[in-house]
Amino acid sequence: MENQKRVKEFYDQYGADNLVVLVGAAEGEAAGLAAETVALGDPTFAGCLAGVSLKLACYHICEPEIKAEIDEAVYDEQVSMMEMVLDVDDICEEMNAIREQVAEA
Amino acid sequence: MGDYAVIKGASYTLAHTPDMVIHDGATQVTERVVNPDGEYLKELPKHLRSYEDVLAYAPNQVYIGNMTSKDLEGIEMPWHDKAAPVKDRTGKYGEIMPQDEYYGLMQICDVFDLVELEAGFAAGVKTKLAASGMFTDEQVAVLDKNQFTKEQIEDAVKNDGACGLYMNDELVGAVKRAHDVDVNLSAHVMLENISSKATSVLSLLHLVKATGINPDEVDYVIDCAEEACGDMNQRGGGNFAKAAAEIAGLNNATGSDVRGFCAGPAHAILNAAALVKSGTFKNVVVTAGGCTAKLGMNGKSHVEKGMPVLEDCLAGFSVLISEDNGTDPIIRSDIIGRHKVGTGSSPQAVISSLVTDPLDEAGLRITDIDKYAPEMQNPDITKPAGAGDVPESNYKMIAALGVKRGDLEKAQLASFITEHGMKGWAPTQGHIPSGVPFMGPCRDMMLAGDISRAMVIGKGSLFLGRMTNLFDGVSFVIEANKGQSSGGGSGVSESEVKSMIASALKDFAAGLMAE
Repeated sequence: MENQKRVKEFYDQYGADNLVVLVGAAEGEAAGLAAETVALGDPTFAGCLAGVSLKLACYHICEPEIKAEIDEAVYDEQVSMMEMVLDVDDICEEMNAIREQVAEA
Repeated sequence: MGDYAVIKGASYTLAHTPDMVIHDGATQVTERVVNPDGEYLKELPKHLRSYEDVLAYAPNQVYIGNMTSKDLEGIEMPWHDKAAPVKDRTGKYGEIMPQDEYYGLMQICDVFDLVELEAGFAAGVKTKLAASGMFTDEQVAVLDKNQFTKEQIEDAVKNDGACGLYMNDELVGAVKRAHDVDVNLSAHVMLENISSKATSVLSLLHLVKATGINPDEVDYVIDCAEEACGDMNQRGGGNFAKAAAEIAGLNNATGSDVRGFCAGPAHAILNAAALVKSGTFKNVVVTAGGCTAKLGMNGKSHVEKGMPVLEDCLAGFSVLISEDNGTDPIIRSDIIGRHKVGTGSSPQAVISSLVTDPLDEAGLRITDIDKYAPEMQNPDITKPAGAGDVPESNYKMIAALGVKRGDLEKAQLASFITEHGMKGWAPTQGHIPSGVPFMGPCRDMMLAGDISRAMVIGKGSLFLGRMTNLFDGVSFVIEANKGQSSGGGSGVSESEVKSMIASALKDFAAGLMAE
């Protein structure tokens, strides 16, 4: 909930066009939930983004779009271990599904 | 370099407190404020387990030492709907105490007359505690002071800010506030702190019983729970350690509290090992009681999924760290992992700092550690709450790092987890699961020759206190004792030195004779 508040503050300050939300959740479901919250609104209706659709771009750190943006050595040092541990396909699928919903909304 | 400190024994205890789940767990306390008429609070009581069910819960039997983590591998998950083959109250490490006796123990541990029990209830509890053989006559006699009627206790709860103690939702006692204004001494805080102390005491008593140590020989006690005791002028003044040592009869001990969220126990063990290795003290006990706030922490998920609320026990543990006796497993205080200020917070950075950095320094590979003990949370509790299988996640990360380093092949990931990992069995009481639940079983496995090297990893979420965004953690290695009596770092024992001196003298004498 504290994170929702901070995302909303950044949104107010910088606008949706200048903001990308990166998540590092360990499972597809949790990553998708975070993406849904910052794009379509908090589905649990617990935080300040309940009923608020910010339509923010949201990616997981292990998605190829993000990996391509990061220095290879840094990625290897900071993320490659988790890339091996996580179900990256499942995460990508969840994140894509949310982004498609946002595009259609 | 002197000898390493050794693990002389460990105790693990649970107190089954279902009514405290409802009245004192933070999730439920918060729900009563924000959603008092909600479905959750109505449904919750139907999901509480009986004492018999708690005894028949396999992870609890592992915790007190009647089963092993290995046994859990043979039980298909979920575990909560399958009765364990053992249902005993006591095990080689400790016991599972029922709620009524636990309230009595709280009163024995309360030296400020804050705990009041209804007279008839107290009399029944006194008989049970006396029969347990764990307490002195003087201690159980404390329960004689309860001359309170139910009406008096009700009045204290309704009109004087006391927190009720309940059995099957019926009021049987209360914890009074210790100050009219100071929130640090409110009834809620006093109940939390007396509970932390009482569960620590229970573990200390079992440690004395399990190890056979003369209580007078304990020099120092370190408490590593996550509560803070003090008043408005020194909110975290302490000292839980000495307070618990007093009740447990450790008359020659003093002590102090070490804090570090869930990493607290690992920090405390390091401190204890250093105090012993340096020769400052011979016998140091690390101890921690449980946390009422964490009762039913994931209760909403458990109720939603139609399962019992599994976080219904307060946990405690104690470990005795002593001088090298040539037998018990040693704490390698020279193979230490530290999450440093500059380490960073990515999982890779964290695991590297705690696991591979210390192994590299010692010239060991990831596969040289027979068993890893990270956070040993019971997955039966965490998986339905969406937090996954915490130990398994840790093992996957360690294995992945091993693959990156070339210590193992990618195809060996799964077998590494089975061989070097364990199923989690510890209750989710914050600091309790953090590596230390394995210290007792690890000692047994090393004494039996089953394993020779293990790593305990403690991790803590410091950011919860809003003082820093940093994460924290420390790790240490335990090794089977090879029976070398001294010179842990030099590789030369006392007897070898004597023999070398004797040989030199002989040569010298021979030289003189020749002249």
